[in-house]
Amino acid sequence: MDIFLQQLANGLTIGSMFALVALGYTMVYGVMRLINFAHGDMVAASAFVGLTIYTQVMGQATSLPAVIAIFLLSAVCMACIGIILERVAYRPLREAPRLSAVVSALGASLVIQNGIMLIWGPRMRIFPELVPQVYWDFGGVVISLIQVIILVLSLVLMVALYLFVEKTRIGAAIRASSIDQDAARLMGINVNRIIALIFIIGSSLGAVGGLFIGLYYRGITFNMGWQYGLYAFVAAIIGGIGNIPGAMLGGMLLGLFNAFIAGYVSSTWADAFTFILLIVILIVRPTGILGERVAEKV
Amino acid sequence: MSDDILFEIKDLEVSYGSIAAIKGISLQVRKGEIVTILGANGAGKTTTMRTISRLLKAKSGSIRFKGHELTSLPAHKIVKLGISHSPEGRRVFGILTVEENLLLGAFTRSKVDRNTLDWVYELFPRLKERKKQLAGTLSGGEQQMLAIGRALMCNPEMLLLDEPSLGIAPILVKAIFQQIKEISRKGVTVLLVEQNAKAALKLADRGYVLDVGKIALAGTSEELLASPKVQEAYLGKKH
Repeated sequence: MDIFLQQLANGLTIGSMFALVALGYTMVYGVMRLINFAHGDMVAASAFVGLTIYTQVMGQATSLPAVIAIFLLSAVCMACIGIILERVAYRPLREAPRLSAVVSALGASLVIQNGIMLIWGPRMRIFPELVPQVYWDFGGVVISLIQVIILVLSLVLMVALYLFVEKTRIGAAIRASSIDQDAARLMGINVNRIIALIFIIGSSLGAVGGLFIGLYYRGITFNMGWQYGLYAFVAAIIGGIGNIPGAMLGGMLLGLFNAFIAGYVSSTWADAFTFILLIVILIVRPTGILGERVAEKV
Repeated sequence: MSDDILFEIKDLEVSYGSIAAIKGISLQVRKGEIVTILGANGAGKTTTMRTISRLLKAKSGSIRFKGHELTSLPAHKIVKLGISHSPEGRRVFGILTVEENLLLGAFTRSKVDRNTLDWVYELFPRLKERKKQLAGTLSGGEQQMLAIGRALMCNPEMLLLDEPSLGIAPILVKAIFQQIKEISRKGVTVLLVEQNAKAALKLADRGYVLDVGKIALAGTSEELLASPKVQEAYLGKKH
């Protein structure tokens, strides 16, 4: 029972990180029908940007306002890079065949990954201890303050995003653009601006995810974006790519699944089981758990 | 033509790659008129409409509306100027509700005008009955009503209607055409593209006949209805 509860807590923590990153994949796919392969590397870059802001801008302060500032500045930096990425790598290929955009996405991924290596070096860096090491022991189940912060903040961001997309005028424009871009234009929606907004939101959430990865795992490497990006991508597919609640659900489920495999089987097998899960879901439900919402004509 | 011309196309050319779809057409629409563009499949009717809304780029020529040149504007600005487009194939947002679709039609307005919404519901009571239903579950005719209603939500001065009768039960076509007349009576200028020439000419003040990218005939609806060419090609009468 202890293992179960412990892995439940761990699973929810990594699951919320996966979910935050998965939202970036799914929102871009929703509007552009494009997998932004550079997203994982953006997440990795965010951890390094956060590290540099901590050492160079904040003078290694770990007070609450300083930590909040690190999060906000990193998110703003990554949002700007996200806009540039869309402008440079994707917008010129909007009308091009799908494969060109995919190749461009893979190229952007390599550029960002190698960019991180050029700036911060190829060796593992240690992410600062922004949150004090506080643990609570509930009869053998240990939960850290970091885990609580990651879980709560992720949930707050996801609920906020959900409400934004479902309840606001701009959210309706995002949904319209993901259903039919030309029809959205006829409504007077500036689709280019919606796409830029999607990149801003996706990159900022990814930035928070990258900082969480740094906080939680401590060691950050220039190429870690590949691994976390892949997990988040799988999470987005499991939930139903293009579907925002799907990415949240997929991320949480994948995190829990991973943690339980690590707890009950072996952590070395976690990756293999993750992809077995992906294959099974794709066979049983190719559109993911929540899938694309389709209105059937009656 | 006098100075009450609201909308004017001059020497418009549009092509898909190297294939010319519109080969230099000119037409005018006066304020308050219903003008129809007739023509067979592939004549360039929908291409013309999509170029007006700037979903397509013109190769050359000009499209002017109230003194604004439209060919250099992005699509969303054209809606703001007062031209609203109910596209071919209806293109309603299927996984959104009827009401959400209508509210999106008012996207360019900072606030949704309740009066306009009430008017659309009055024109098409079916939409009010089904406002909480997903648009994709409506019948073809109801989706067409929704597409027209959605286009009216931004209070346009000119309404572009592309094939509102396409694939719809005849009884609903009649109802929809009656409501187009009603919309026109409220002061909205209408540019109507139709394959159903008879219904369109009964409704319209004037018409143009497009034939493979060129204007073959133009005139008042009476003139066109009486023209042997129109009768033979579009009304199925032999001479």
